Amino acid sequence: MKSFLSFIQKEFYHIFRDTRTVLILIGMPVVQIILFGFAVSAEVKNTKVAVFDPSNDISTRRIIEQINAVEYFSVEYFLTPNEIHEAFKKEKIGLGIVFSENFNGNLFHTGEASIQLLADATDPNYATSIINYASSIIALHKQSLMIENSVSPDKNAKIIVPQMRILYNPSMKSAYNFVPGVMGLILMLICAMMTSIAIVREKEMGTMEVLLVSPIKPLYIIIAKMTPYFMISCINMVTILLLSVFVLNVPVAGSLMLLNCLSLLFILVALSLGLLISTLVNTQAAAILISGMGLMMPIMLLSGMMFPVENMPDILQWFSGIIPARWYIAAVKKVMIQGAPIEYVIKEIVILASMAVLIIALSLKKSKIRL
Amino acid sequence: MKDLIVKCFNISKSYGNIKALTDINLNIEKGELFGLIGPDGAGKTTLFRIMASLILADSGSAFVDNLDVVKDYKALRRHIGYMPGRFSLYQDLTVEENLIFFAKIFNTSIKENYHLIENIYKHIEPFKNRMAGKLSGGMKQKLALSCALIHKPSVLFLDEPTTGVDPVSRKEFWEILGKLKAQGITIIASTPYMDEANLCDRIALIQHGKILSVETPQKITAAYGKKLYRINAADNFALLTQLRGNPEVASCLLFGGYLHVTFKNDADTSIPNLEITEPSVEDCFIELMTKSND
Repeated sequence: MKSFLSFIQKEFYHIFRDTRTVLILIGMPVVQIILFGFAVSAEVKNTKVAVFDPSNDISTRRIIEQINAVEYFSVEYFLTPNEIHEAFKKEKIGLGIVFSENFNGNLFHTGEASIQLLADATDPNYATSIINYASSIIALHKQSLMIENSVSPDKNAKIIVPQMRILYNPSMKSAYNFVPGVMGLILMLICAMMTSIAIVREKEMGTMEVLLVSPIKPLYIIIAKMTPYFMISCINMVTILLLSVFVLNVPVAGSLMLLNCLSLLFILVALSLGLLISTLVNTQAAAILISGMGLMMPIMLLSGMMFPVENMPDILQWFSGIIPARWYIAAVKKVMIQGAPIEYVIKEIVILASMAVLIIALSLKKSKIRL
Repeated sequence: MKDLIVKCFNISKSYGNIKALTDINLNIEKGELFGLIGPDGAGKTTLFRIMASLILADSGSAFVDNLDVVKDYKALRRHIGYMPGRFSLYQDLTVEENLIFFAKIFNTSIKENYHLIENIYKHIEPFKNRMAGKLSGGMKQKLALSCALIHKPSVLFLDEPTTGVDPVSRKEFWEILGKLKAQGITIIASTPYMDEANLCDRIALIQHGKILSVETPQKITAAYGKKLYRINAADNFALLTQLRGNPEVASCLLFGGYLHVTFKNDADTSIPNLEITEPSVEDCFIELMTKSND
């Protein structure tokens, strides 16, 4: 036991004497959360709007006012249709609104007035969101007009008014999606990559040779190597949760206890994956490459962190099934964002647990008592 | 006959098509300072790793301190000290931290066995708070030796402990080994330096994975069959070409500032400045090598 403890102490020396490692371990979660939370944002905020308003009457002015009033838009220019096209090319604006002539008159006499909404669809998601926002504002205006002018429902019979309610993330913050993703990414990177590097470094430096010719059991070596990264991962977990709750305002809707248990399970999977990598390669560079390409890329692209798994082709969906982070991220979304109780994440728990058992068995079988 | 502490029977080991060791039989007595002498790639490290239970031989068996290196590897690892050829300590740990760490993983403490390492450690103790990676070559080896000794092993395996170490430190290192031997520890060291062979009790000459001879250095040199002459000139290389062209000359090799020459029959007295000399281990080794290559 004493030898085991001194081994762990040695591991901490290794970590804390290498400034780069410390920076990666402690700094990465903070930077990623901040980056994903603020900079990498799919939200529509402060979109500049240009308006062509040939009517310039009471209705158009009210619509423009209402659009300008929401935080997503700010009406900055009054231009001709041609100038609006120019403004798009110069990337000055994100939305163009073109009113028809005699807008108010048409609206009240024929009951038909048209508004054209123009958006730059080089980023389709962005364009869709803007158009949706703008349309909903205009729809709202229409409703209020009908009430104000006491247009009886009978006359304009049977209007369907959809009542939208956006669940779990009412303000549509992208942080709600990214926080679980970043948790999966960070925990996997720190546990798998750092453990595999730490074990492979012993091989590369030749110290593994000396350790093997000592009475300390190889299993203890492995556990001692994992312990510091396990502890650091727990700290990172807490950091990420604190940041997301207090900085990004993403609350933990479900049970904190369940969330922590899920994370511990995932950390276990990640640690054993790191162990497995370390048994397969002999150089630190190879370990970084495998964990970088083999873990980070699939997590970013296929785990559902950036793109929904359901939209992927079958083969990629199947492939994403073997990525542990996919199941973890799905479970965290359920527990943290939707507040689901344990019954709803049983499937994820079972999958993650069997992955852990499988990987540990495999890597223990591969780990050697000799060189 | 003394007790045998290391016994190797017909050990063979190949890496793919390369035969690293072929039918090695080796007995090492308790308490001796044994040298494994051979050029790079002769199979020294492979043999050491087999004896230290680090790799498995393809065939044959080996016993260290009456423990089978395959079956009893767990017990064996408590009894041996092993110092790999490459500096294998933690460069980002200080001298003292390294020593404490190795003491602890062997379930002992520096205090308990300080008498064993005192002679060596006192040289590096002034630098005990320095990172091991920042030590000089000689000091690194002393620290590595201290770490290999800290658990009071009965056998010490030192794989090329003096490679890459300056001549003064090399001499110092062998003096330390002599003192350790006096304390009853069996030491098995390998080296590519022939001059270190004379400092061993017995040596094994190894080449292409085969042991050519196991003897005391004195007996090995005494067994040199021929009369050996030495000669030097301002341009040794020109002389070498000239002598090799001489039909009477059996061999002519460059040793430092001198050419070592043997003749097929009697010495060619027409060659000026020729003087008779004592063969060194290296002469014997080269002779044995040539014989085994034939």
